[in-house]
Amino acid sequence: MSFIKLSVSALALAAVGATASHAQDRDTIQVAGSSTVLPYATIVAEAFGENFEFPTPVVQSGGSGAGLAQFCEGVGSNTIDIANASRLIKDSEIKTCADNGVTDIMHVQIGYDGIVFASAVDGEEFAFTPADWYKALAAQVVVDGKMVANPYTTWNEVNPDLPEQPILAFIPGTKHGTREVFEEKVLAAGCEESGALEEMTALSDADTAEEACVAVRTDGKSVDIDGDYTETLARIQSDANGIGVFGLSFYENNTNALQVATMSGVTPTTETIASGEYPVSRPLQFYVKKAHIGVVPGLKEFVTFFVSDDMAGPNGPLAAYGLVSDPELAATQAAVEAEETM
Amino acid sequence: MTDISAHPSGKRKTSSLLQLDARTKRRNAAERRFQIYGLVCIGIAMVALVMLLVSIFSGGASAFRQTFATFEMTLPAETLDPDGNRNPEEMAKVTTIGYQNVLRQGLVTAVRGANIVPEGMTDADITGMLSPEAAADLRNRVLNNPELLGQQVEIDALAHGRIDGYFKGRVTMQSAERDANVTPQRLQLAQAMADNGLMALRFNWGFVTKPDASDQRPEAAGLGVALLGSLYMMLVVLVLSVPIGVAASIYLEEFAPKNRWTDVIEVNISNLAAVPSIVFGILGLAIFINFFHLPQSASIVGGLVLTLMTIPTIIISTRAALRAVPPSIRDAALGVGASRMQAVFHHVLPLAMPGILTGTIIGLAQALGETAPLLLIGMVAFVRDYPDGPPAGLFDPASALPVQVYNWTQRADPAFVERSSGAIIVLLAFLLVMNAVAIILRRKFERRW
Repeated sequence: MSFIKLSVSALALAAVGATASHAQDRDTIQVAGSSTVLPYATIVAEAFGENFEFPTPVVQSGGSGAGLAQFCEGVGSNTIDIANASRLIKDSEIKTCADNGVTDIMHVQIGYDGIVFASAVDGEEFAFTPADWYKALAAQVVVDGKMVANPYTTWNEVNPDLPEQPILAFIPGTKHGTREVFEEKVLAAGCEESGALEEMTALSDADTAEEACVAVRTDGKSVDIDGDYTETLARIQSDANGIGVFGLSFYENNTNALQVATMSGVTPTTETIASGEYPVSRPLQFYVKKAHIGVVPGLKEFVTFFVSDDMAGPNGPLAAYGLVSDPELAATQAAVEAEETM
Repeated sequence: MTDISAHPSGKRKTSSLLQLDARTKRRNAAERRFQIYGLVCIGIAMVALVMLLVSIFSGGASAFRQTFATFEMTLPAETLDPDGNRNPEEMAKVTTIGYQNVLRQGLVTAVRGANIVPEGMTDADITGMLSPEAAADLRNRVLNNPELLGQQVEIDALAHGRIDGYFKGRVTMQSAERDANVTPQRLQLAQAMADNGLMALRFNWGFVTKPDASDQRPEAAGLGVALLGSLYMMLVVLVLSVPIGVAASIYLEEFAPKNRWTDVIEVNISNLAAVPSIVFGILGLAIFINFFHLPQSASIVGGLVLTLMTIPTIIISTRAALRAVPPSIRDAALGVGASRMQAVFHHVLPLAMPGILTGTIIGLAQALGETAPLLLIGMVAFVRDYPDGPPAGLFDPASALPVQVYNWTQRADPAFVERSSGAIIVLLAFLLVMNAVAIILRRKFERRW
């Protein structure tokens, strides 16, 4: 018994002692945020740990919003250094950050990601336009000058050129940055393109019409996926009618299970996205707390390494994984070198 | 007194033990039906268990085996040590990308030399056969032993995940045609290499010992950091929750007066045991990270959060074990002049030990499988560096077994599917060992009155 007592008290003492000494310093870079940026961040973190003297950064997932919320909690060793985001930081988030003392924020764009629409590999082929998606997913549409609940149940009712297949879309949930891009570049664009925006503005006012453009139906034809793309893939595999929204890199890693649809006649590839031909793409970025540079060892080196040609360049491993390399990468590298803040 | 006539009709109803009457038959039938219901319930549970185990083992057993390419090559000294003085610090300037090129060249030379390359296959296509991890392994090997440069060495490199998938049946020639990460020619070459002894599927300790890996090299991902993290957390839980939980329950059960206050405490403890585990994560974030400024992603915080979660379980089972000790034991001890503390520690506690141990181990097993509270304290993360030894290592970032399962199920590369099932097998093995220990300890120390 006395041995047990001794060892227990020794451990407890050691724990208390170590708490005091470890509470302040941290030598590992902490990253959190977008699940779209996560694979790129882990690839860079892994290579960074292998090739530099610094420890491998710790990368958490959780979504752009969650990552930025964590990022804005404050400055200090128990807050994260880098927030990954698949959308731009919002003004409200910048304000929260400033309220908590996070003022000097570096915005680093790493490249572009295409958002693709894919269905089961052995199903029908699709050629969409944003207007098709708006009509298929809108909560209310204008029919004969009146707002009615979305009456469409199959894709060919939306657009006669599409196959006769029940509408079932798996779209990213609201906590994902991808959702915002989807709303802006697909639903809102489709709303305008189809002329629905004009009709709705005529019925009420411009703000209400814009809101109605991105309001998604809730009758089960459109399913919000709060998990990752693997969940979307699993849903498609269990229901062959499903069409999912994916990142280009996820699709490229699962080409044996998925077939991709064209958007406005353009097939999504790294080339068509880089040239801007494919309409649904967004920049991927991360935000760095400048106050942590020089405090957390290796932070500047990590950021520099992330945007280096070896990593984010067109022949680097990130491009190989599906990132569309940023043509302006040199400017980003210079901005990182100068530690330019927003 | 008159005779009480039970049968006014005067005709006595006869019954026989050999011939069952209707009521007995009904009762017997009810009993048989109940037994059948019970069997059906057990059957459903067994079918569910078997389905779970079959799906996990059929999917995950292959994670313990991995394809390796084995070939010989000369390490070019001038590329890997441009300064030529074999100083590991200067040689570290050559990155894994440099080593990757060297390794790829070596592979191309080896397979071209063996004359097994399918016609029309380019060198660039051949280089995709190896995992990027192989370059990192080679770099570490060379930096640890610079004398290898210029020599003929045997390379034992992990094959690319898709090549590995081919030998495991996950990737076929048909799927390779649609797959952007592999070509049918590579699979032909892989088959030819296997026929020539240059490539083989064999047991992979790396799955248990190596750290996690990024999406580009699923073949290299392992459970090393997660195992250490889980072990550290269990250590913290054990060291903190057992003394606290047992002391609290001894006091409540043996010493505390029975009044309104102890009732309130008792109700609250039972309530705590039923609180969803994510709530403890929120508590842990608020107290340990934001208030005490403990580091994020550290196993000490995970351990503390799981301790909070485990203590109610331990208190409840310890109190039940203490209550199960007959009062006569206490009375006898007190009767011969023992103090209450002596009675408890010398007589009651040893007898309650098996129950306490069982409760503790069940509490620990529950904590081992918990992911939700770890989500909020930053342990659901990509962690590649092993934590140091305890106690300092408790403050290093670490992952945990259930977290690793969760992380791997979210990865894009299909090769992670088998790895998450493999991780579940390891987790189940852990739980099985813990529960077996609980049963053995209970059998060993159990007393009946």
